[in-house]
Amino acid sequence: MNLYKLKYKPLGSIAVLIEWPKMIDVAILRNIHVFRHKIKSDIGEYVLETVPAYNSLTVFFDTGRIKYSSVVKDLKEIYASKDQKLLTAYKLWEIPVCYEDKFGLDLGLMAEAKSLSKEKIIELHSAQVYDVYFIGFLPGFLYLGGLPEQLNFNRKDEPRLNIKRGDVAIAGDQSGIYPRVSPGGWNIVGNSPLSFFDVDKFPPCFAVAGDKLKFIPVTIKEHDRIKKEVESGVYEIVSEING
Amino acid sequence: MDNNILILSEGMHCSIQDLGRKGYRSYGVPISGAMDKFSAILANKLLNNEENAATLEVTRVGPKIMFEDHTLIVLTGADMSPALNGDPIIMNFVYAVNTSDVLSFGHLMYGTRAYLGVKGGFMTETKLKSRSFYDGITSKEKIAKGERVPIASYNEDLEVTSSKIKVSSSHFTTKKIEVTKGPEFHRLTKKQRELLFTKEFKIDKLNNRMGYRLKEKFSPIKQSEIITSATIPGTVQLTPSGKLIILMRDCPTTGGYPRVIQLTDLAINQLAQKKEGDSFKFDLESSFSFLGRLVSRFKD
Repeated sequence: MNLYKLKYKPLGSIAVLIEWPKMIDVAILRNIHVFRHKIKSDIGEYVLETVPAYNSLTVFFDTGRIKYSSVVKDLKEIYASKDQKLLTAYKLWEIPVCYEDKFGLDLGLMAEAKSLSKEKIIELHSAQVYDVYFIGFLPGFLYLGGLPEQLNFNRKDEPRLNIKRGDVAIAGDQSGIYPRVSPGGWNIVGNSPLSFFDVDKFPPCFAVAGDKLKFIPVTIKEHDRIKKEVESGVYEIVSEING
Repeated sequence: MDNNILILSEGMHCSIQDLGRKGYRSYGVPISGAMDKFSAILANKLLNNEENAATLEVTRVGPKIMFEDHTLIVLTGADMSPALNGDPIIMNFVYAVNTSDVLSFGHLMYGTRAYLGVKGGFMTETKLKSRSFYDGITSKEKIAKGERVPIASYNEDLEVTSSKIKVSSSHFTTKKIEVTKGPEFHRLTKKQRELLFTKEFKIDKLNNRMGYRLKEKFSPIKQSEIITSATIPGTVQLTPSGKLIILMRDCPTTGGYPRVIQLTDLAINQLAQKKEGDSFKFDLESSFSFLGRLVSRFKD
């Protein structure tokens, strides 16, 4: 597992911030994912929670039981261990998305800027398999990697005040899904009728860091039907387990 | 079986807060909880409650509340000239209240946030193991006029055994906000570091449970964004426009701006009692002396 030169820094007095090289890269995602699982199984008795991000993992520890320097020592030992029982299983989720004009608010703008047809953008966007890097910013906001380079598009200068729940969005080379109404500067390409955060379920999000997902284009009619099924609790999200 | 309080007028921003929602950050769920934890814990200690019992956090303008059953209450934190049935009551002292008693507030004397503790705590819904209000997690983000808010039932005698507690006024008036270095502190130039610890900063109009923006324009740093990474309450971000934002209890779990310094928990509590226009300096402290002072504070 000892693949990268990591940096360990304190985040306040309650957490250790572990940093990987500064890039968004799927090999780093896998490495963080494996490390995270080993931390849970090896030192879970004093680790309260871990927060992965693109190139970092933040480990919150029980300050009443252990001090910062001892946590870092344990973490370095775990990372250096030769144990190769790697957890590589992940789920591939199928996310229905309606790209039609009612929802794909920035498709026209992107098409013009990139001299591509809207259809081509939709085709590129939905042909890709995306990696869920982590959840952050808002409860249930999925940060995705794997956007085709042709679709990279900078954030808007003026953020929208009301991005809709389920909006699928692009910012630079990142892609994400808004789990609820929120202000935001990302470009909106479509909307998914699924619920990405349910406070009364455990876990509250169906997808977790390390999973993959794929967007399946649907019509407005299908979108509305799925939305009703999600609301009445009968819709089953399609997923397959790999690894 | 629960008792209730009835909200006759809602004040500025009153929300139920315990010590927060732990263990859900990796789902993007903020910690939340009392902005000034020290005062919330004090309220519960005075009532012999669990430290984590839910309190009512009152911001600057107090509500008017009618008790529908008897219980014990205490107010800690900011002094908003509280009165029971029109008679002034003092801070940090336990009072017995009877059915139909009315708690009201007047002028803000000091501080920004008061905590109303009731015997056994408030009994609003628990979501993800916490009662702390947060939009999208709990069904409400603040209490409103006409609502009934459930509290623990209390059927014992209304015998008050509290003694008067004095909280150091520096909790509300201190001009020193203790910080440690943040993960991107090294990106600041020598000049910026010097400025950061000598300049007096003022709190901007934009200040709430999510964060406090500071008025002064600080020079931005070259790499003005970082790859999105974890943030916690007390993290001080330097935005591309050169403004500093101090994240507070409801802050997002991750952010993309450099984290230049980090407030201690004590400093977050003290900042929670400040308001727009208040000024302070950042004070780079070793964590050792911070712990020492925290202990002496709780001994008071």
